[in-house]
Amino acid sequence: MTISRKELSWMYETMYKSRYYEDEMEKTYTEGKTPVFNIGSGTVPGEMHLSTGQEPAAIGISVHLRKDDIVASPHRPHHHAIAKGVDLKRMTAEIFGKKTGLSKGKGGHMHLFDPAVHFSCSGIVGAGLPQAAGAALAAKKKNKDSVAVAYIGEGAANTGSFHESLNLASLWNLPYIVVVENNSYGISVPKSASTSVASNDLRASAYGDNVKGYYVKDNDPIAMYHASKEAVERARKGEGPSIIEIETYRFLGHFQGDAEGYRPEGEVEELREKDPIPLFRDLLMKDHSFKEDELVSLEEKAKGEVDEAYAFARESDYPDLEEALDNVFI
Amino acid sequence: METEKKRSLTGNKAMSEAIRSEMERDENVFVLGEDIGEYGGIFGSTEGLIKQFGPERIMDTPISETGFIGAAIGAASEGMRPIAELMFVDFFGVTMDQIYNHMAKIPYMSGGNVKLPMVLMTAVGGGYNDAAQHSQTLYATFAHLPGMKVVAPTTPYDLKGMMISAIRDDNPVVFMFHKTLQGLGWMDQLDTSIGQVPEETYSVPLGKAKVIKEGTDVTIVGLQMTTHFGMHAVKELEENGINAELIDLRSIVPLDKETILRSVKKTGRLLIVDEDYKSFGISAEIAAIVAEEGLYDLEAPIKRLAIPDVPIPYSRPLEQYILPNAEKIVQAATELANE
Repeated sequence: MTISRKELSWMYETMYKSRYYEDEMEKTYTEGKTPVFNIGSGTVPGEMHLSTGQEPAAIGISVHLRKDDIVASPHRPHHHAIAKGVDLKRMTAEIFGKKTGLSKGKGGHMHLFDPAVHFSCSGIVGAGLPQAAGAALAAKKKNKDSVAVAYIGEGAANTGSFHESLNLASLWNLPYIVVVENNSYGISVPKSASTSVASNDLRASAYGDNVKGYYVKDNDPIAMYHASKEAVERARKGEGPSIIEIETYRFLGHFQGDAEGYRPEGEVEELREKDPIPLFRDLLMKDHSFKEDELVSLEEKAKGEVDEAYAFARESDYPDLEEALDNVFI
Repeated sequence: METEKKRSLTGNKAMSEAIRSEMERDENVFVLGEDIGEYGGIFGSTEGLIKQFGPERIMDTPISETGFIGAAIGAASEGMRPIAELMFVDFFGVTMDQIYNHMAKIPYMSGGNVKLPMVLMTAVGGGYNDAAQHSQTLYATFAHLPGMKVVAPTTPYDLKGMMISAIRDDNPVVFMFHKTLQGLGWMDQLDTSIGQVPEETYSVPLGKAKVIKEGTDVTIVGLQMTTHFGMHAVKELEENGINAELIDLRSIVPLDKETILRSVKKTGRLLIVDEDYKSFGISAEIAAIVAEEGLYDLEAPIKRLAIPDVPIPYSRPLEQYILPNAEKIVQAATELANE
């Protein structure tokens, strides 16, 4: 199976955009939080879970997704949202708590909703799993061939929600894909201390013959592309759900401000050596005849879009105070 | 002379008729839950529906409340109008994250951009010795949390009309039906659990209380079984020369405070009767509203009859001791009228 040049180009640009977005967010988040760190102060307050290093998980599957496909994302959602095509300006404004945000400032970074591209989020670990299954059920009922993807961390694979959702998805033979982003840690607890199996794709066999498991090692966007392609095609054809576990890297803490005392010394440096973005860039030049200026122009385009989104968010006003009282009911 | 043909239904048949008529009208409506297919719902809410609609639209689920209530949320966000049944409200504990952190909050957290037109129907109430884990109403537990309409109809007429409104509502509605008011053959046969229900489709608005009996001496506010007990109590009070007004709340969120305040203005005396825990509940909320907005209409302190703050005991005399009943209402209303 070959990947088209257009797809490779999209994957690189989107990974780059996601990374640049998170780098900007990392900087922005510290504004107003020095010298004393106070989570509630600064340009962007509240918890902040960045996806730096985990881009291949989102890009490798999203390249196969359409606008009408459904994505349910967890507390670390930016790479998923960017890859799904969530409105970047309104997403950024939402994270800044501004009136121009996706939810007029009532959701924040863990609660991004863009129904135009069927994207939702939850800050509760494992909670998106049954909702994506229900969205897949709706697609099936409406005789559409759209698929639903639930992203979770490896920690969420140990929730009851995982078991209930996969059992239902198999029973109802839903177009449903669970992407397990194994970044080795549930906050501080390593996977070895939380998970009874070597990898969660192995759990597919517990849910019936129509559920298939895939394992993607080394945070590899190309391998993620291939596993996802098969899973998405199976789902669209009504052949059943899939679990894809990707071994990915969390370069930063669980959240910004995490002291990371649980990390072995040198671990982050070692992971950074394997940064998927420069590796992918090299691969594109070496094996796929991409030229330097071509890649630079993709990078500039991505940066421009992100810069524009941050500028939009900064310039936007905070919501009117009465906004807090609206939208409890439709 | 042509006599109008009156038709009586039990509570459960009124509910299933409502669901049937909405499913015929709108193909996006479907039901999912435990034992709702061939069994017809443990408390009869989906009786006979699988025959007409089949297992694609009347979906028996595994015992996976998080799974199927979460699935209902996801399906609703994609334009379906699911009705999920939580068999006993007491089982909320295993799925409250989906109900409260998601069903109730997604419309708000999305700034109103994601609608969840779904019904969570659930059986409530005790009085038949099912003990602490299968007898609660938990009215106030749900009503306390913003983002859900919470309704608790009493009569078969309202069960049908309010279920139709709940299905058509674009907000998540928690539809609580009282087991004893379903008129099931294997439970108490109560006069209130059977009533006239028109065959045609009609709706009863959510958020409106109903004055069951007008009166001048004391206002009695109830819902579901406490309305039922109230109906018997007001007759006895009348025989004793006390003209009580009885209000059936029907809806908890939104709460029809105008009807309550209007009644209190007239009677000056208020008795709230609730089959839920006393502290921090419906009776406290109504008392607070009347204290805030109708204090000068009161001629006597407000009285409350509710479950003392204990889990529901099993043994028949113990359970009867803690539940409200007609006799307790007569006694409390008489005391209040004589103050």
